[in-house]
Amino acid sequence: MADDKDVLRDVWFGRIPACFTLSPEETTEREAEPYYLLLPRVSYLTLVTDKVKKHFLRVMKTEDVEEMWFEYEGTPLKWHYPIGVLFDLHASNTALPWNVTVHFKNFPERDLLHCSSNSVIEAHFMSCIKEADALKHKSQVINDMQKKDHKQLWMGLQNDKFDQFWAMNRKLMEYPTEEGGFRYIPFRIYQTTSDRPFIQKLFRPVSPEGHTLTLGDLLKELFPAAICAEDEPKRFQVMIHGIEPLLETPIQWLSEHLSHPDNFLHISIIPAPSD
Amino acid sequence: MPSSLLWAVDVYGRVYSLSTAGQQWEHCRDAHLEFKRVTAVQQCCWSIACDHNIYLYVHASEVPIRYQEETYENQRWNPVDGFSDRLLPSDRWQWSDITGLKHQPLGDFQLPSENWEWEADWYIDENFGGEPTEKGGWTYAIDFPATYTKDKKWNSCVRRRRWIRYRRYKAQDTWVKIPSEQTESLPDPFNDITCGGWEITEEPRGCLALWAVSLQGKVRTQFVPDHFYCTFEQVWFRCDINHHNPEGSVWEEVPVPGEVVQISCGPGDLVWAVLWEGHLLVWFRRGVNSHNPCGSGWIGMVGEMVMINVGLSDQVWAIGFEDRAVYFRQGVTASELSGKAWKVVSVPRDSERSHSSASASSLQSAGCFFGGEVRLQSQASMLSDADAETERAGGEVVPTPEIGDAPKPRIPKVTSDSFISELVSDREGQISRRDVPPAGPSIPEEDHPEKELEDRASPAQVLSPSQSGGVDPQWSNVDLEEAQTHLTSGPGGDAAETSSLSSVATYNLALEEPYGLDEPPKWAWVSGGGCLVECHTQLNWFNSSTSTALNSSMQAMSLSITPAQTAAWRKQIFEQLSERSKREMENFMHYEQAIEQSVWVKKGTMQWWRDWKPHKWVDVQFALEQFSGVEGNKDGILFIYYTFNDEKKYLHMFINEVTILVPVLNDSKHTFAIYTAERTKQRWPMRLAAATELEMHDWLALLSVSCCDSRGIQGPPSKQAIWSVTCKGDIFVSEPTKELEASPYPTPCAQMFWRQVGGHLRIIESNSLGVVWGIGYDHTAWVHTGGYGGGFFQGLASSTDNIYTQTDVKSVYIYENQRWNPVTGYTNRGLPTDRYMWSNASGLKECTKNNTKPPSPNWTWVSDWTIDYAVPGGTDREGWQYAADFPASYHGNKTLKDFVRRRRWARKCKLTTTGPWQEVPPIPLSDITILPCGPKSTVEQVSLWAISNKGDILCRLGVTSLTPGSSSNYGSSWLHVGTDQPFKSISIGAVHQVWAIAKDGSAFYRGSVSAQNPAGDCWYHIPSPTGQKLKQVSVGRTSVYTVDENGNLWYRHGVTPSYPQGSSWEHISNNVRKVSVGPLDQVWVIADKVQGSHSLSCGTVCRRLGVLPMEPKGHSWDYGIGGGWDHITVRGNAMEAPRIVMPSLTDNQTATRPLQTSNQPEMNGNPVGC
Repeated sequence: MADDKDVLRDVWFGRIPACFTLSPEETTEREAEPYYLLLPRVSYLTLVTDKVKKHFLRVMKTEDVEEMWFEYEGTPLKWHYPIGVLFDLHASNTALPWNVTVHFKNFPERDLLHCSSNSVIEAHFMSCIKEADALKHKSQVINDMQKKDHKQLWMGLQNDKFDQFWAMNRKLMEYPTEEGGFRYIPFRIYQTTSDRPFIQKLFRPVSPEGHTLTLGDLLKELFPAAICAEDEPKRFQVMIHGIEPLLETPIQWLSEHLSHPDNFLHISIIPAPSD
Repeated sequence: MPSSLLWAVDVYGRVYSLSTAGQQWEHCRDAHLEFKRVTAVQQCCWSIACDHNIYLYVHASEVPIRYQEETYENQRWNPVDGFSDRLLPSDRWQWSDITGLKHQPLGDFQLPSENWEWEADWYIDENFGGEPTEKGGWTYAIDFPATYTKDKKWNSCVRRRRWIRYRRYKAQDTWVKIPSEQTESLPDPFNDITCGGWEITEEPRGCLALWAVSLQGKVRTQFVPDHFYCTFEQVWFRCDINHHNPEGSVWEEVPVPGEVVQISCGPGDLVWAVLWEGHLLVWFRRGVNSHNPCGSGWIGMVGEMVMINVGLSDQVWAIGFEDRAVYFRQGVTASELSGKAWKVVSVPRDSERSHSSASASSLQSAGCFFGGEVRLQSQASMLSDADAETERAGGEVVPTPEIGDAPKPRIPKVTSDSFISELVSDREGQISRRDVPPAGPSIPEEDHPEKELEDRASPAQVLSPSQSGGVDPQWSNVDLEEAQTHLTSGPGGDAAETSSLSSVATYNLALEEPYGLDEPPKWAWVSGGGCLVECHTQLNWFNSSTSTALNSSMQAMSLSITPAQTAAWRKQIFEQLSERSKREMENFMHYEQAIEQSVWVKKGTMQWWRDWKPHKWVDVQFALEQFSGVEGNKDGILFIYYTFNDEKKYLHMFINEVTILVPVLNDSKHTFAIYTAERTKQRWPMRLAAATELEMHDWLALLSVSCCDSRGIQGPPSKQAIWSVTCKGDIFVSEPTKELEASPYPTPCAQMFWRQVGGHLRIIESNSLGVVWGIGYDHTAWVHTGGYGGGFFQGLASSTDNIYTQTDVKSVYIYENQRWNPVTGYTNRGLPTDRYMWSNASGLKECTKNNTKPPSPNWTWVSDWTIDYAVPGGTDREGWQYAADFPASYHGNKTLKDFVRRRRWARKCKLTTTGPWQEVPPIPLSDITILPCGPKSTVEQVSLWAISNKGDILCRLGVTSLTPGSSSNYGSSWLHVGTDQPFKSISIGAVHQVWAIAKDGSAFYRGSVSAQNPAGDCWYHIPSPTGQKLKQVSVGRTSVYTVDENGNLWYRHGVTPSYPQGSSWEHISNNVRKVSVGPLDQVWVIADKVQGSHSLSCGTVCRRLGVLPMEPKGHSWDYGIGGGWDHITVRGNAMEAPRIVMPSLTDNQTATRPLQTSNQPEMNGNPVGC
């Protein structure tokens, strides 16, 4: 019998094989070989691509190098979204590995945030965790933690230490049993078809009548188009970590088990493949 | 925690019970009559019915209530006839009791009541002091009375033999009337009843005290011996009652200073009685303890209650005054005895009656409640609704009334005067219908109560006009005018003041409208004496809609909500995740990982028990460095940085060399021990102490995870796992390798890696199909749920589900020592050389009542100090044991040579923890054994035998291993296997050979046990090794090993398939405490006095080396982890060593397998017949 904790492991150790190729627009001294890497789904692009950078810098002149950014089929990839979300949103249902183009020039200021160092990622990550805990526990848990505990969460993610991360994150996932769940579920719904970055609203895991709310309930409220009647063809795929959970899955369980390390449940809604 | 029952009577006299696990009131259908009162304890429920008789309801148990009758047949030898029944005139009777003084022929034995039945006919007991006798069971002596021997000698002139016969209590799960043989001496019926006293000091455990109040306010008591405790002699200090029956026998009157209206007694010595003086709201008596039994003051409570009842573990139950609902006092804990708030118990009843019959029965009970003229009342109701009520009212309980003699107009008067009579308890005392014929003498009473009513204002206060206003028109056959007069004649005082008088309460109610289908039930009486509610458990009684949420929160350690594991969405997520991993990773594993693994260090400060002399605790820095090994497996190193002669030094230990981490909590330090194989051999672990318990648990959990990671062990224990338990009750499990039982060079057992599993047990047993059962110190049986972790293992080191709360209770003992001197006799003034006057068992450590703490911070006291009479060697009536001097062998009676004495005090403490264990209620056990199976066998039905803590042998039915986890390993029910004496150890071998050790130290073999006949047919008495009393037995595939009380290990010789009893015992070893023989006939023991290179250890796991099929005794010992180990089971390890090929052995298993599985259908039918 599989254990719920196996889900946590599966989520943490999810990897996407990626093939990084240098953009043809870049000037190189000699031809750059593509670089193959297994990317952790729960991490951030700029956090795990030091090797990619090193690889391409070897064929480039220093004066041609500005801030590195990534693009997939014309779409700049936002580093502050978890890698798994970027993949699900833009590249699911395509052949693997994931072909990511690497740029060192023409930073798309309108689309991307600058990421000068890992401390920027850390700040972003911690602000997400804090926001999530504000929703879940009125920030009580995260505020009760010490500085070194916060550091442990970040170090756990940075160094891919599942145990180290979860030893601390466990506390963020607790809730009073009599309430049946968090105060609000921290979630974000992403879609490719909209200009809005993502949908985020206050949503409780339990209805006022005491019913456990499900993924279906959440979508009904925020993205009714994702739910199709039985007879009509499926228009959208609802992806979390590359899988499509059933709509009757309790939202609280999803929040506890399928959240990213930033404690948000990132839901990607993509058009269903037409085949 | 097993479910227990809350009992209550509604205002119509119907008895309901509510299980702590249930969510609705169950109507006690068996009750064909109305009840006034119930008082419940865990095993039974007493009540007073409206006919004023006492009724008893004994819960059915899988262990029957049995009592052994015995008598002796005596014979004398004469030269003509040899031994014959012709005795000398001066001799005893031919049939007598053991002393010979009482004439006891077989035919004189009568069943004590109709609720008993004989189990079988008389038969001869052939067991004499643990040894089988010659045929006929005769024992010989020179003359009566004398010492008897089993051998006939030349001078044996007399002989005797013991006949035994069992009777069985048959009236279970039904209400039976307690025959009141003392009718003439009981002038008035009972008005209130209470049951308790199962923890009274100086009484043997398990007896009950039943108190009752008669209508005249006299208190009577009756001691009821424990009906599960039937085979031993019992001594009563206060009463001469010596009947081993649940019904008790004689009522004894207790003088009281006033008139008692209500009485209540607790499990201990306390009895409370409410004297008839006036009013009582709900009060809480503060400060009641053994030193101050009267308490120190009353605390008033918010809320008006009709009656209250204190249940087990101090939980308080009450019935509200306004709404007649059952309330539960929330938040009553040891520290806050007065609780926090009243919470109403709102659960539906199992069925609601139709409106019409409800009203009819309300009429009936309205009359019944008021004693006096029951017959008339039931008659009246039967006339009004005859067809509905005839069956209920009929039977022996409410005798068929004499129709015609019922003068209807008088009914209300009868009602009111018997009501009054209950209250003021008429001094003429002629109310009882037992003594008074129904028609005649009731006439003079008609005026009497009214006079009383006017004379005494207080009883009339009970009904306010507002309440009487709601009289229902359905009371057509009741003279309303009369009733109204009575009611309004009172001054209309506060009804609540007298509301604690339950008879008043019921009267109030009778005037209210009978409730319809949807109205909440109205209750008259509640008894929580049998209802155990722990502070930490949640009841799902209070609000049905949230009950599911409450249920799920029972799993305290759970990270998640954990709905049913079978939910489709969950399965789908598991499947998709593994599909995803396959899709996205399988073909790309050669890709480089984005994040390089690095070292992770955790540091802390600790104290370390220095390895060299002088040994002492020194402050050290402690660090664990974890890193990924070359093949991706995790590993780590432990560093201890210390200062020696101002020089900084460190020592280190590789995590993959650690074999076990043992927590050693005591009251002064939070320490744990780390063993490696080398340190196990030395008997010298690395000992560390953390500053706080929390810190210690954090470190232990982290180190444990780290050790498991380094060895690639994760998840639940395998089916083959070897389980062991320490003397602290900690549970450890080890995964055996194939090499562990290899011959001739097995893996040394000092190298075995043990990890801890949450929970607290005394005994654990397993088999290779993954069935694991344990027994706690409080004899509770537990079954392994298939989980791991719990206890201090949180989060990742523990499975998220399958973890439950586990409690255990044990006693702490201290000794009070005294020395005799010619002036003052025995005093606590010892000689200067004597031990402490309050000490531990050895006398070396001072242990007073005040300074003795529970064994560790995890334990809390749950009782006060009491004298322990159950000490080996016996005690006198004050618990003293005498001896010539300290330390010596103590005996229970004082002789001239005794100059010192001691007595043992016991105090119970309780542990609450969590672990992958689920309780198997209700029978407490003392030993257990599970059928060992071959490596690949698929037995559908797993034989599991156990011994109850009373010594009954039980066979568990319905244990299977089809799916791992608790539900199938749990089994369905116990089958009792009859024995002539109590037992203490049992073991079943691979081909269903069952061996057991009786409490007298003799061995028994059970014949004809098979998969088809799981309980076997009869016992064969096997003589013990000469002069030894056996203690424990373990049976493997073919080997039978026993341990005696002097620590000798014995092997049974000559055991063959055709002669499974074997022929003789062969001594193997001494200093053995326990033995476990596995399915490969491997022999493991817990041994004492094992010498290591640094120290000596007791309680060490040892494995017998050189055990081979042709050489089952082996030749020497291999020493493993210890000391401080109490129990081991290797009965799950059926993993054969790879090199050994034994064709005969495999044949054996294939031969037995079809036998075990093929005949399943008969299994369920058979047990009934045995």
